[in-house]
Amino acid sequence: MNLDAISLTLKLASLTTLVLLVLATPLAWWLSQTHSKWRAPVGALVTLPLVLPPTVLGFYLLIALGPNGPLGQMTQALGWGVLSFTFTGLLIGSVIFSLPFAVQPIQHAFESMGTRPMEVAYTLRAHPLVAFFTVAVPLARSGFLTAAILSFAHTVGEFGVVLMIGGNIPGQTRVVSTQIYGHVEAMEYAQAHWLAGGMVVFSFAVLLALSLLRKRWGRVMP
Amino acid sequence: MSVSVAVAANFTAPMQKIAQAFEQDTGHKAVLSFGSTGAFYAQIKNGAPFQVLLAADDETPLRLEKEGMGVAGSRFTYATGRLVLWSKQVGYVDDQGAVLKLGRPVNAQGTRTAAPFTRLAIANPKLAPYGAAAIEVLTKLGLLQELQPKWVQGDNIAQTYQFVATENAPLGFVALSQVMVEGRISQGSAWVVPAHLHTPIRQDAVLLAKGQGNPAATALLQYLKSDKAKALIRSSFGYEL
Repeated sequence: MNLDAISLTLKLASLTTLVLLVLATPLAWWLSQTHSKWRAPVGALVTLPLVLPPTVLGFYLLIALGPNGPLGQMTQALGWGVLSFTFTGLLIGSVIFSLPFAVQPIQHAFESMGTRPMEVAYTLRAHPLVAFFTVAVPLARSGFLTAAILSFAHTVGEFGVVLMIGGNIPGQTRVVSTQIYGHVEAMEYAQAHWLAGGMVVFSFAVLLALSLLRKRWGRVMP
Repeated sequence: MSVSVAVAANFTAPMQKIAQAFEQDTGHKAVLSFGSTGAFYAQIKNGAPFQVLLAADDETPLRLEKEGMGVAGSRFTYATGRLVLWSKQVGYVDDQGAVLKLGRPVNAQGTRTAAPFTRLAIANPKLAPYGAAAIEVLTKLGLLQELQPKWVQGDNIAQTYQFVATENAPLGFVALSQVMVEGRISQGSAWVVPAHLHTPIRQDAVLLAKGQGNPAATALLQYLKSDKAKALIRSSFGYEL
């Protein structure tokens, strides 16, 4: 039972990270380059999940994904049904929940490389997309690494949102954090210790790896 | 004097009313914390300052008493919970609970109406007595295996109610006290599950070690046994006693 929760958590965290890298890259690029008046509001919106209590996110997601909510209406119209209490619903929640952890490191990396590298690339008549992928992305790689690791770790540590929209379904929405909570509530403290201790070790290892990798990757320029 | 009380989530609404009356009648003050019984147990074992526990079951108070955290001889049943199959939609749940067997709502003429339901909300049976009672009912009706794939589990009965109230689940087993206002089922449609379909959901209260010697704690437990409190618990919120 614990193994199911662990493998589900890893699956959720991997997929969330993948989706987030795809979504966050253009968003971070736009935020780092634009002078639009929308920059500040969009930036604030992206950061919102960082400061909101997960219960707020979970509560609104539950309502939004529900049959009468805007997202729920949309998913039903598309024939996907209602997504609360499904793995897909959890994935949507996780992506929103960890969005700032993906966007901000990438955005900062793009900002810190300045305008010079891309200007040089354009002068050499590189196509903007080619320039982006061969110049900007490699230069910002430590930002991408940080974004990936933080998104993954933050998703593993997610609890409030899952509790609100999950429904505790084995193999679908019962992840490690809710499993630990279940063990504690059921007074199965020995099992809770195994998982909870594992989480502490895992989280420490992730943060340690992150700081070591950044040291190495941050310095070496291509 | 004031007394700090840990209250099971399903007893939230009645306890707020009782505490109000208690304060008026006795001059003592009851400070209420609401939550799940399992979490309260862990907190009490680890030094939480609660003086009285109103549990959602009868096992936790017994366990606390055996472990020396509850005062021996102070336990009593303050309410017996009733289970209800409830939907936010009017006419979705019929008063015989046939919707469970058919897998979709039926109207008065017995003809099938809406699409089959795909989700049935229940409280986690491992954690919540109302969840365990719901499993008993499904077992007695012979529907356990058929309906198990449709379960969505709330961590406690309050969350289960939330799933149904937001219509993320079209129907679910909740506590009668949650859907009753002033002695009537306030909205949607419901089947009050006959009591013989599950073992009684006895909710016990216990005086905790930290409340020993506090006159407000003793007064509150006494007050819960009074006719006034009993009448409120029974008629307004649908518990049995």
